Amino acid sequence: MKRSNAPIFWALFGAGGMLSALIGAVLVFITGIAAPSGTFLPREMLSYSNVLAFSQHWAGKGFLFIIIALFLWHSVHRIFHTLHDIGIHAGTGAKLICYGSALTGTLAAAYALLRIG
Amino acid sequence: MSARGPARRPFVRSMEGWWRKNPYFIEYMVHEGTALFVAAYALILLISITCLARGEAAWNQWLAVLTNPLCIFVHVLLLVGFLYHTWTWFNIMPRTLPPIIMNGARVTAATITRTGLAAALIASLIIFIIAASLAS
Amino acid sequence: MNTGNKVITIEVLRYRPEQDTAPVAQEYIVPFTDDMSVLQGLQYIKDELDGTLSFRWSCRMAICGSCGMMIDSVPKLACQTFLRDFYPNTVRVEALAHFPIERDLVIVMDDFMEKLDSIKPYIIPEKPRALSEGEYLQTPAERDLYEQFSSCINCLLCYAACPQYGLNSNFIGPGAMALLHRYNLDNRDSGKEQRMPLVHAEEGVFNCTAVGYCSEVCPKKVDPANAVNINKTESASDYFLRFVTPKGACK
Repeated sequence: MKRSNAPIFWALFGAGGMLSALIGAVLVFITGIAAPSGTFLPREMLSYSNVLAFSQHWAGKGFLFIIIALFLWHSVHRIFHTLHDIGIHAGTGAKLICYGSALTGTLAAAYALLRIG
Repeated sequence: MSARGPARRPFVRSMEGWWRKNPYFIEYMVHEGTALFVAAYALILLISITCLARGEAAWNQWLAVLTNPLCIFVHVLLLVGFLYHTWTWFNIMPRTLPPIIMNGARVTAATITRTGLAAALIASLIIFIIAASLAS
Repeated sequence: MNTGNKVITIEVLRYRPEQDTAPVAQEYIVPFTDDMSVLQGLQYIKDELDGTLSFRWSCRMAICGSCGMMIDSVPKLACQTFLRDFYPNTVRVEALAHFPIERDLVIVMDDFMEKLDSIKPYIIPEKPRALSEGEYLQTPAERDLYEQFSSCINCLLCYAACPQYGLNSNFIGPGAMALLHRYNLDNRDSGKEQRMPLVHAEEGVFNCTAVGYCSEVCPKKVDPANAVNINKTESASDYFLRFVTPKGACK
């Protein structure tokens, strides 16, 4: 019997799932609805200088990185299993595409956040 | 009897379309589908910080997209998906936790779900208050 | 209510390997009373209408676990399901999902029997114990830890409810995991280390996607999904901590 390596992906899935269940909705509301429409939050919140200041602070940077990375790992894990559920047992190929895109997204997020300075 | 064929010939049924055959499974597929919403939002954030890293002009271009009514409408759909994810996540939670004993009795599934939903509400309020105070 | 004049249509998915290449539906008109179970309906068919119909049953009281079948596409014990709840509609009866059909409503359950055997569903004492040493003592609190999981009657409804088992029968599945968990939780048992490699394996708990339907259909409220998911957490912490702690469960 071969030991499964699933715990790595399952742990990331669980962490991302919990985080998105707790605060995902409010983040979508703030960044996608309340601030851009200027209804519940001021539109200036999304001005270049404000967002830059937020992303340059270590806490803001860390927050954005964790949100993007964990949301990605959560969703690709679910999508991978759903592909299996609907009969696409692409095996290693599907695994590489799913988890590979999460890894690429994580690296891209790290790169962008570091470039912001 | 043996003249009519082999005595044992077990028949294996197909799994084709299994999830369409039971409302419970349809709901399962829908809540698994919220992963697409979570992925979409993560990509939006990734694009946002990428544009931000490119400088003010790139950011302002992206901001024009974000403030477009169509984009706001897309976020309303995302919000519905996320809320459904929250609801289903905490509904499954009692099945995933080891028994929690309080005052000599096992905490019920309904209490675990309600506690999870309450935690989500409180965390959301805190995030919103932080966002509002950062904005002012 | 109990007039005895009512009839209900029972549609059975039949499979006779010596003559059918694939299962076919066959309808029977069965007179019924309000106190009749689906199992009694099938017994009426066998006794009065068609002696070739095959199905498993024994106790008629939801404890032997023999009469599990798909009733209107839901895994149920036929003895515990009443015809009156379907009347005036047709009741569709089919062999338990996700298992090969041996004949009519009889499934091939060899795969489960092997899995059951593999989890060592018996108490493995720390060291051999002579009869003269007397019984093992256990407090009610110690028993409460596993009692729920010991209610399993091996009826396999949970397997018929588990799409992951249907998609990949290598998965150890809900029922066997509930029993594995039951013995691991028993303070008289020391066999956990022998059982955990099954939990950690590629055939183990991580095939589960927390559908939860296994626990919904369980006639004994065992909650196999809980056993599987508690073991995910346990397996994951062992996976990450096995290099830190000197004695991991995996070799």
